[in-house]
Amino acid sequence: MTIATPAIRVQDLVKRYPGRPPVEAVRGLSLEVRRGECFGLLGPNGAGKTTTIEILEGLLAPTSGSVEVLGLRWETDERRLREQIGVSLQETRLSERLTVAETIRLFRSFYAAGIDPAEALSMVGLTAKATARVGDISGGERQRLAVATAIVGWPALLFLDEPTTGLDPQSRRQVWDLVERCRSSGHTVLLTTHFMDEAERLCDRLAIIDAGNIIAAGTPAELVASFGVAHLDDVFLKLAGRRLTESGWTDVDSAPGTRTPA
Amino acid sequence: MMHASNSAKSDSSQPGASAASHPPAMFAPPRVQRGGYSPFWELIRGRLLEFVREPELIFWVYGFPLLMTLALGIAYREQSLQKLRVDVADGPLAAADMAALVHVPAQADVPALAEPAGGMAAQVLPLTASLEHLRTGRADLVIDRDPARESTIRYHFDSTRPESVLARDRARDALERAAGRRDLLAVEDVPQTAVGSRYIDFLIPGLMGLSLMGGGLWGVGFVAVEMRIRRLLKRFLATPMRRWQFLLSIMVGRMLLMIPEMLLLVFFSRWAFGVRIFGNPFSVAILVVLGALCFAGIGLLVASRAKTLEAINGMLNLIMLPMWLASGVFFPRERYPEAIQPLLRALPLTALVDALRGVMLEGLPLAGCWTEVVTLVAWAAVSFTVALRIFRWT
Repeated sequence: MTIATPAIRVQDLVKRYPGRPPVEAVRGLSLEVRRGECFGLLGPNGAGKTTTIEILEGLLAPTSGSVEVLGLRWETDERRLREQIGVSLQETRLSERLTVAETIRLFRSFYAAGIDPAEALSMVGLTAKATARVGDISGGERQRLAVATAIVGWPALLFLDEPTTGLDPQSRRQVWDLVERCRSSGHTVLLTTHFMDEAERLCDRLAIIDAGNIIAAGTPAELVASFGVAHLDDVFLKLAGRRLTESGWTDVDSAPGTRTPA
Repeated sequence: MMHASNSAKSDSSQPGASAASHPPAMFAPPRVQRGGYSPFWELIRGRLLEFVREPELIFWVYGFPLLMTLALGIAYREQSLQKLRVDVADGPLAAADMAALVHVPAQADVPALAEPAGGMAAQVLPLTASLEHLRTGRADLVIDRDPARESTIRYHFDSTRPESVLARDRARDALERAAGRRDLLAVEDVPQTAVGSRYIDFLIPGLMGLSLMGGGLWGVGFVAVEMRIRRLLKRFLATPMRRWQFLLSIMVGRMLLMIPEMLLLVFFSRWAFGVRIFGNPFSVAILVVLGALCFAGIGLLVASRAKTLEAINGMLNLIMLPMWLASGVFFPRERYPEAIQPLLRALPLTALVDALRGVMLEGLPLAGCWTEVVTLVAWAAVSFTVALRIFRWT
């Protein structure tokens, strides 16, 4: 990999799930993520965020289109790529009867190179919980543990799929701090979220996805400026005539003037 | 507002040049180390830790087979002491007949009839009640005398029940003697109750095979499907973990759990019933390991596509049922027609139980049951290889 290649380059990505009728989750999406930036994929549930990120993670095969990650391709360089990326999926239930320390050690063992498991735990603020069983810690702590399993291999590229969904405000702050730390120590981060404030705070650039395609992209400031609105929230409202909430769509009529809760 | 510079971040451990809105790096980047961990061992360790932390599982794996052995051992040990049950139909000679059945008179040159099966227990009942006993299995034989011709004895028995046939012959013998028959040949009984030839000796290797089958299929199949449902498999797939190492670790992890179970069974059956291993214990150990791997591999194969616990549950039952019945665990599989014997021999449980009996009861070396060993190795290798190819990770 060279510095010149972007961290991620996607062209005309299409993912169609067979069925009656077939569902086209991603429809000709193209994007480029630069090395070292935190890039956000923003959109409501069902917009195609998770499908897109799982294709980038090499967990799903695209129907068509080209995907290049760290200058490599999944079809030919899977092993090299796996060593260089870290992944936090939506809703993984880690083994409840293992302790936090055992879990992180297990994930560390998969990578040829990485950081000390204790270090990874300290980065997500779980040092005090190292000997607790995964089944006994809170949802927020589990989410942070999931992020710790993603960074323990010290990956060049970090994928976080909705890392803060369902978390209390304090746990969200902790995940945000971690993302900022990773980014500031040189990792490229790709995250999905449906929280505008999260995207605004964490992401250098972001792409707003709706119905399987990008409907707007740029830095948060650019997006706000180009649409002549006060908040990122309003960009989406302006684009789609709807607001973005955790549960999916909210029609403007039914929730007039409300801001998405943080 | 915060368009970060990207070119300076090629080195993953170098703190980035933060834009204004990002806080500066508040920590030194951690040191990146290479190697130092064995993923295969860590995976196995994880499986074992998960197991010992679930007390319920420990009971089902270690306690349940022991209880089953104890129950079956007691049930079948007492069978050899059972008396043959003879009902004598009410009549003028009933009392005398009953006495003749219970006390077979000795003769000068012929000793009293040895009664290895515990002799006969007789009682006098009305004929209809006696026949009802016979029909419902509460009596093995019913005797009655024709009122018109008292020297004619009628034996009512069930020719499909061995104990019924035996009771008829015994009763006839006893009544003939009582009527004055003289035996011409001397009799010398040599009872065989040697360890190794009893039913319990036959049963224990079968139960070992059964436990290995249940443990391997359930232990591996269920765990794999559960991990799939939890999306843990998908999470593992997103790491550089090698798939074969993961699948093999589940199999080996289970195998390691089965070894104490087998030791427990062997020592328990020796302590409680005096069951001995006539062959080399190391050969038994090798068969146990082979059997465990074989069934773990099949468990993995069965679990390789299932998406729900209900599906895996049904499939495992479907696979185990024929082997429960046809692999000769509880009774010799030779009772099935000769034509299907090759099919039965190809079943992994048959191969395992036959080989265990060969070594434990007949004292054969492993080479003496090489066809069974090859069958087990083939099942293990083929199921693992196929599972590796078709295993669904998401």
